[in-house]
Amino acid sequence: MNDRPKEEHWLVRSDTIRLLWKVFIAVLALTVLAQSVIGVKGYFGVDGWFGFGAAFGFLSCLIMVVVAKGLGFVLKRDENYYSGQNQDD
Amino acid sequence: MIELISPSYILIAAAILIGLTRGLLRTAIILGAPLLTLVVIWLIPDGVVTTFSFLGYQIEPLEGSPLRRLFATIFALMAFAGGLYAFRQARWYELAAAYAYAAGAVGVSFAGDLITFFLYWEFMALFSTIVVWCGGTSGARAAGIRYAVMHFLGGIILKVGILGVVISTGSVDVRPMLASDFSTWMILIGILINAAAPPVSAWLTDAYPEASPTGSVFLSAFTTKTAVLALIMLFPGEPILIYVGIYMVMYGIIYALLENDARRILAYSIVNQVGFMVCAIGIGTQMALNGAAAHAFAHIIYKGLLFMSAGAVIYRTGKGKCTELGGLFRTMPLTAVCGIIGALAISGFPLTSGFTTKTMISQAAADQNLVPIYFLLAAASAGVFLHAGIKFPWFVFFQRDSGLRPKDAPWNMSAAMILFSLLCLLIGIFPQLLYDFLPYPVEYKAYKAGKVLFYLQLLLFSGLAFFLLLPLMRRTLTISLDTDWLWRIVLNKVANVIYVALAVIGKAMEVRVRTALVAFGEFAGLHFGSKQKEDREQQGIFALTWSIGATALWVAILLTGFMVAYFI
Repeated sequence: MNDRPKEEHWLVRSDTIRLLWKVFIAVLALTVLAQSVIGVKGYFGVDGWFGFGAAFGFLSCLIMVVVAKGLGFVLKRDENYYSGQNQDD
Repeated sequence: MIELISPSYILIAAAILIGLTRGLLRTAIILGAPLLTLVVIWLIPDGVVTTFSFLGYQIEPLEGSPLRRLFATIFALMAFAGGLYAFRQARWYELAAAYAYAAGAVGVSFAGDLITFFLYWEFMALFSTIVVWCGGTSGARAAGIRYAVMHFLGGIILKVGILGVVISTGSVDVRPMLASDFSTWMILIGILINAAAPPVSAWLTDAYPEASPTGSVFLSAFTTKTAVLALIMLFPGEPILIYVGIYMVMYGIIYALLENDARRILAYSIVNQVGFMVCAIGIGTQMALNGAAAHAFAHIIYKGLLFMSAGAVIYRTGKGKCTELGGLFRTMPLTAVCGIIGALAISGFPLTSGFTTKTMISQAAADQNLVPIYFLLAAASAGVFLHAGIKFPWFVFFQRDSGLRPKDAPWNMSAAMILFSLLCLLIGIFPQLLYDFLPYPVEYKAYKAGKVLFYLQLLLFSGLAFFLLLPLMRRTLTISLDTDWLWRIVLNKVANVIYVALAVIGKAMEVRVRTALVAFGEFAGLHFGSKQKEDREQQGIFALTWSIGATALWVAILLTGFMVAYFI
């Protein structure tokens, strides 16, 4: 996704996006499958398991997004929250 | 050997001259001074270079060591790139303040004693506040005041700690200590405030995004990283720092995920990245300290680059929120590519500087068998890719088409971004270039096939998570509450209550005081005032007249009493 020519919409066409997804998924599969050839020597055993990096990365992101979303319900305020406050004073 | 002048003086002189000169000469000063500073930095030998005595203390304004030179080098490099980025767009006083700020950072780097250290520390607080104010908006003014209050408060805490340590040890030397008593705790807290540690991380994310597009580039580099240097010099291996660091890492990720303002996302990720370094300093082994120093070096480059990229967008469009941006890759390809390189570097993608430095910290955690810390750092690496590595470029340069078609960045901004992009890749591809300058010998190999594969899996699947979870991350026109709510709202309310209460008390008192004054006036008039009442009858005790004889007698008695007292 790093290189993009200047022509308009080349990158945002649905064909391109579909292709990018296919390439992306192929690369993802490749990084996991490559582990059968290149051994990952984990520090603590568990991190050397097959596909551990993939699962760990995905799950940690999932947890972080969900936690952030949950905290968002408590912490999010309108963007004029503070400036509105100051005007009252 | 010739007495070296402190490299910080060169930048201070440049800051003064920026205001006095115009045109080409000013440009020459802006670009030349940091390079000259670099030369002087590398002339400084190890050990104390200059020293003099002040109030009985040995002041060592210039002390060299590989660690100090490494940090001073990156500060000077940052001043150069920031100057290049800003010199055609920023106002002269912003540049002057930024150079004085950089001078403070270089000064702290070489401070051999706590007094010099403290002076440069406050110097930075002063001029960084001015850089925040140069944002020019009412928001920037208010944020600048909050920023100044926080830093001067931190300065006082630091000062209390320094005084305590000086009194108890009798030495002002900068040397490693542990937070074991009141004074050392005060020093640690004072430094951690500048590192944007909890619970006051909010000063950073409050102030930096309010500065001008050029100002935030300078701000991103100096304050937190001098705090990292100070921690490496004063508190290596202080265990509490491990947990402070982990908290900062997670805090940065969660808040950045909630944020809408592009530069505030980057500000949260400063807290996150500094968290990695603080954690490493807490681990405290040679590998960990090398990792913290290397990561600080790499971080200043890629974070500066990210702020440059965001700054160019704001400079061209006047907009900085994810909800208003998008699709800018069409007309700002160079800014987008440089932003993406910075984003990959901060995520620690293989072949970028983040990979070769951050993995040293993970390695240090693994070497010390800190299993939970190691896995939390790995999860955080995934989280960095999520909140900064993809989120920032995605929402600014891609996502939907915002319809904006701004020109790409001006040539000088582009030149600075290209310079830093190349440095990100250079350190990523040839890490030995940086490893050679680290404080301790490095036997670390950054690239092993298994490790690269592990991180590729980790990062790419984080990418997958990002795109699958996009619906959960829809941008909203919101801010997120932080601990600064306590002083921006609660403290404000408390102050209002006190103010109202005082006003009520004052009003009630006013009547009483007036009655009392009238009564007192009558009383005074009665006893001290007029000699006689209207009926000429003598009244006031103190208004009575004495005869000359009685007065002379009393004087004689007093003098006799005095003489007797004198001879006794």
